[in-house]
Amino acid sequence: MRKYTPKDNVQAKAYYTDRFWAAPRVPREAVEEGGHFEKVVSALGESVKESYIEVGQLVLHIASTDNFAVIKTLKEVCGYTQCSEQSAVDYLARDGEFELFYQLLNVHEAKRVRVVCRIKKNEAIESIVPLFNSANFAEREMFDMFGIQVNNHPFLKRILMPDDWEGHPLLKTYPLHGDEFASWYEVDKIFGKEYRDVIGPENRDPAHIDRYDTKRFARVGYEVPFGTDISEGETEQSIEYSETFMVNYNKSSKQLDKRK
Amino acid sequence: MQQPNKLTPFFENLNFERENNTMVINFGPQHPSAHGQLRLVLELDGELVTKAYPDIGYLHRGIEKMAENMTYNEFLPTTDRLDYIASTANNYAYALAVEKLLGIEAPRRAQVIRTMLLELNRIISHLFFLATHALDVGAMSVFLYAFREREFAMDLMEDYCGARLTHSAVRIGGVPLDLPEGWVEKLAAYIAKLPEEIQTYEDLLTENRIWKMRLEDVGVISAEDALNWGCTGPMLRGSGVKYDIRKEEPYELYAELDFDIPVSDRCDSYGRYRLYMEEMKESIKILKQLIPMYAQTEPQLMAHAPQYISAPKEEIMTQNYALMQHFVLVTQGMRPPKGEVYVPTESPKGELGFYIKSEGEPYAYRLKCRAPSFFHTGLLQEILVGTYIADVVTIIGSTNIVFGEVDR
Repeated sequence: MRKYTPKDNVQAKAYYTDRFWAAPRVPREAVEEGGHFEKVVSALGESVKESYIEVGQLVLHIASTDNFAVIKTLKEVCGYTQCSEQSAVDYLARDGEFELFYQLLNVHEAKRVRVVCRIKKNEAIESIVPLFNSANFAEREMFDMFGIQVNNHPFLKRILMPDDWEGHPLLKTYPLHGDEFASWYEVDKIFGKEYRDVIGPENRDPAHIDRYDTKRFARVGYEVPFGTDISEGETEQSIEYSETFMVNYNKSSKQLDKRK
Repeated sequence: MQQPNKLTPFFENLNFERENNTMVINFGPQHPSAHGQLRLVLELDGELVTKAYPDIGYLHRGIEKMAENMTYNEFLPTTDRLDYIASTANNYAYALAVEKLLGIEAPRRAQVIRTMLLELNRIISHLFFLATHALDVGAMSVFLYAFREREFAMDLMEDYCGARLTHSAVRIGGVPLDLPEGWVEKLAAYIAKLPEEIQTYEDLLTENRIWKMRLEDVGVISAEDALNWGCTGPMLRGSGVKYDIRKEEPYELYAELDFDIPVSDRCDSYGRYRLYMEEMKESIKILKQLIPMYAQTEPQLMAHAPQYISAPKEEIMTQNYALMQHFVLVTQGMRPPKGEVYVPTESPKGELGFYIKSEGEPYAYRLKCRAPSFFHTGLLQEILVGTYIADVVTIIGSTNIVFGEVDR
């Protein structure tokens, strides 16, 4: 029986992992008392489910329904006036959830906060564009890459992929080299679906290499005369390796040319 | 009316006969002033822009997807292709994020070399900005002068790492090579010459009547808007917010170096142009301080962290255990601890940050590149409205967007 390969995460995986190996964790520190971050956590009150400091930045875990209220408090009370980044992490395979993060910056204190929340597969999230315009493009990119619906976004449309694209490329279920739709996208769009058979997989990709083409492509190590038809098989040719030896030309007084 | 067929598709956005007398035009993606692959759909009322819609994605290569399928060291050369004008800044931002995740620090000499490369790259990038911005606005000679100086800086880069654009000169945990012999002297000669050249550009532009008419009060962004739209770097400092990550959240050697953060409260393209010129002078100041620092350092170039980083070549060739570790690191890749990290750095364009989520695998579970140009492109839909079509090119040039990092 062939080995079962999971379909819910088709990204590259380690081919070997020691059975006793356990990954350590980046240290998480408690929020120190009396500091700036403690004020932030107390200003948010009950809505913070978990808070800790990881690599110098405060991480706040909240419920996904609270995201607008929490970020509004952070902006208006705690002085986090810039939303540097907003995106998602796909945990559908493991937990059936997306993890969303909002990376906020306080310019006056030079402090950064990451607000993290989780949503289920078909749930939507409230847009924070009324608070931060920078989230306009960021949320559109998240929608494009993960298919996460954002409520009340002014213009939720694909941003990096074409409008008529199918699938969301950063999902773990999406293969690195694209799916069937992606490979036929140009052919379907320019000529129509019925031309898939006429054009064929060998012509849809300009980087495709035809091993029987002896007119245009140099077959290194397996050279045959130009234009030979090798579709019926080719004559075996022994590969000749280079016979250059490592010679130190600076030191050796050896004559390289035997005739001299 | 357009006659669409399969090879010339119908552009629904292009409409020249609308009822309210406005016109919708398509700017790019092949426009020479679009700085790469920007397509702008502009609605015009006469010459006034009433609506702007930046359409991006023409250079989308899925770099974040690639990061999930490459080991940490494999991915490093890919970061060159983000902001290809300043690749060292990308390499460095990525390497720093991974180093923070691993909890290691580069040795002192590597830090000096990295800071030198970063600042040299800032000069290269700013000269490129000046050249293309001036060319867009119509000053041909500045373009030629600025590119000449940029060539010398790129020669220095080439002397160090062998590449002119895609450097990959920084590694996770340090730098691969020491500076070649005589490089520091060449750098000193270059930065001794550069202030004169900057003076030439300033003589040509700063008080130039045409330059001032094209730039003054064009592309005005208030400080509040700049923060709200996620502007960073010169775009933010040009609006009077004194925030430079090198100063506020110092990394590498910036805490020890003496330099100023130029700020302009003009909020327009002219103020930003002045900022870029001042920043180049600050970079020269930093480089001048780094040259004597280099001589005082020990020769170690890569951090000592055998679990994550291969030992020096001499050890690999002489010691069995170092060779074994090197073999594992090359064939399987390093496995950072579980956790997430977001590390901001000040690239020439603004805040370049890498968010890395690690699940303890040799592949990053998620990597998000926070590119400054992406957010500056988003800003275009706001600041282009109400300007004249002739100023569109000035504003695009002034935002200094590079499409390698917008589309990623």
